Amino acid sequence: MEPKTGTLRLKTGLAEMLKGGVIMDVVSAEQARIAEEAGATAVMALERVPADIRAHGGVARMAGVSKIREIQEAVSIPVMAKVRIGHFAEAQMLETMGVDFIDESEVLTPADEQFHVDKFAFKVPFVCGARDLGEALRRIGEGAAMIRTKGEAGTGNVVEAVRHMRLLTSSIRRLTTLRAEELMTEAKSLGAPYELVRWVAENGKLPVPNFAAGGIATPADASLMMQLGAEGVFVGSGIYKSADPARRAAAVVRATTHFRDAKVLVEVSADLGEPMVGMEIDRKKEETLLQTRGW
Amino acid sequence: MTPTIGVLALQGDFAAHATALEAAGARGVECRTAAEVARVDGLVIPGGESTTLLRLLAGSGIEQAVRDLLGRGGAVFGTCAGAILLAREVAAPAQSSWGLLDIAVERNAYGRQVESFEGAVPGGRFGPEPLPVVFIRAPRIRRVGTDVETLLALEGEPILVRQGRVLAGTFHPELAADRRVHRAFVELTARKGAAAEARRP
Repeated sequence: MEPKTGTLRLKTGLAEMLKGGVIMDVVSAEQARIAEEAGATAVMALERVPADIRAHGGVARMAGVSKIREIQEAVSIPVMAKVRIGHFAEAQMLETMGVDFIDESEVLTPADEQFHVDKFAFKVPFVCGARDLGEALRRIGEGAAMIRTKGEAGTGNVVEAVRHMRLLTSSIRRLTTLRAEELMTEAKSLGAPYELVRWVAENGKLPVPNFAAGGIATPADASLMMQLGAEGVFVGSGIYKSADPARRAAAVVRATTHFRDAKVLVEVSADLGEPMVGMEIDRKKEETLLQTRGW
Repeated sequence: MTPTIGVLALQGDFAAHATALEAAGARGVECRTAAEVARVDGLVIPGGESTTLLRLLAGSGIEQAVRDLLGRGGAVFGTCAGAILLAREVAAPAQSSWGLLDIAVERNAYGRQVESFEGAVPGGRFGPEPLPVVFIRAPRIRRVGTDVETLLALEGEPILVRQGRVLAGTFHPELAADRRVHRAFVELTARKGAAAEARRP
């Protein structure tokens, strides 16, 4: 047999395997072990969680090589890591290190204000953030194998993730009601590749798995996003900025699986300790928003 | 009669399996509780993360429900993480499993995601057409017991095996368009009863 590697099927295939699961931000091997023990399907290696990036400012870059290696050594589940938008050299490093999935992320400081990474040039799959259908299809057009809402990372406030997921799913529903001749104009106004617009209109979903991220802090937040159509959840600051990370992590995992069962939600949410302190999001202060990075 | 086949939907690519089962002539339903497993004729345990599955299975009563399902003549099919869960022994790292199938597996044995691969293997008993195989951070079967039959192999190594009414594969037939493996499982599920009784030790 002549084996093929790095195909789109293998890339979206790994994203399929992560469905119904929780991907957790970690900044150390110890946090990675806690996440795996709690039932995370993957960990996201970072230098700092988004709440600290927000608090401390400065340029946020890909995590250091030794940090990523230490996390890869610590767990058997897939290890993801973030690169700056457009920073294909960071992505080349992660691929060489055998990272399982790359997040081209607005949480880090963008390296390119015009262009995202050509994700088809890589064997490793990419996930990208999106606020609406046009943005999601542009990233898929560049080769992303998974989409997540941007939300507003590091705030512990789920409102932006809800906005992005609702906008995405209602735009998808609307596309399925259009006539064939209306789709080209729709592609133009979405700023999205026509072939992908047509695929979505015919299938009523994105061609890659669609997860929720950005501000998820409680088991109920995870359930909310899943009920709104997310196929899995990313949790960042919400775990390690809470009083009892191990317990909260396990609770979010169960809430994501049993997202329609309010009894399970009540059970896992009892005696969880304090959640992270959330913050209000002022959408008028664009310089404070991470979601407007990328296009 | 169309068999009802559950897909364990705790975590993983359960949606792809449900679609494949429907295409193969079964009614596919998602199962998240032991009570839901108690209502199906067969069960697919999908790919996903086996550590996550173990965590979500703990205290759920699902393991007993699966043993009961086999006891009443039902069938079980595990792919990738599902095969790991069904195995007798698991290595790299060692973890607990159900031991419903006499095989030893090694996790992530082909390497990390960049080493994931796809191709086609000779169809064997599934017919002359080559069968597409998709391996994603896949395990390898390192030992098969004497009662275990190898249905498909890749370069001499078993990748799809069966022991009685338990089927397990290290690849993902649900991610390819070829439905022969799912059809075989639907048939195995439909042949409920006598065959199962004869095979029980």
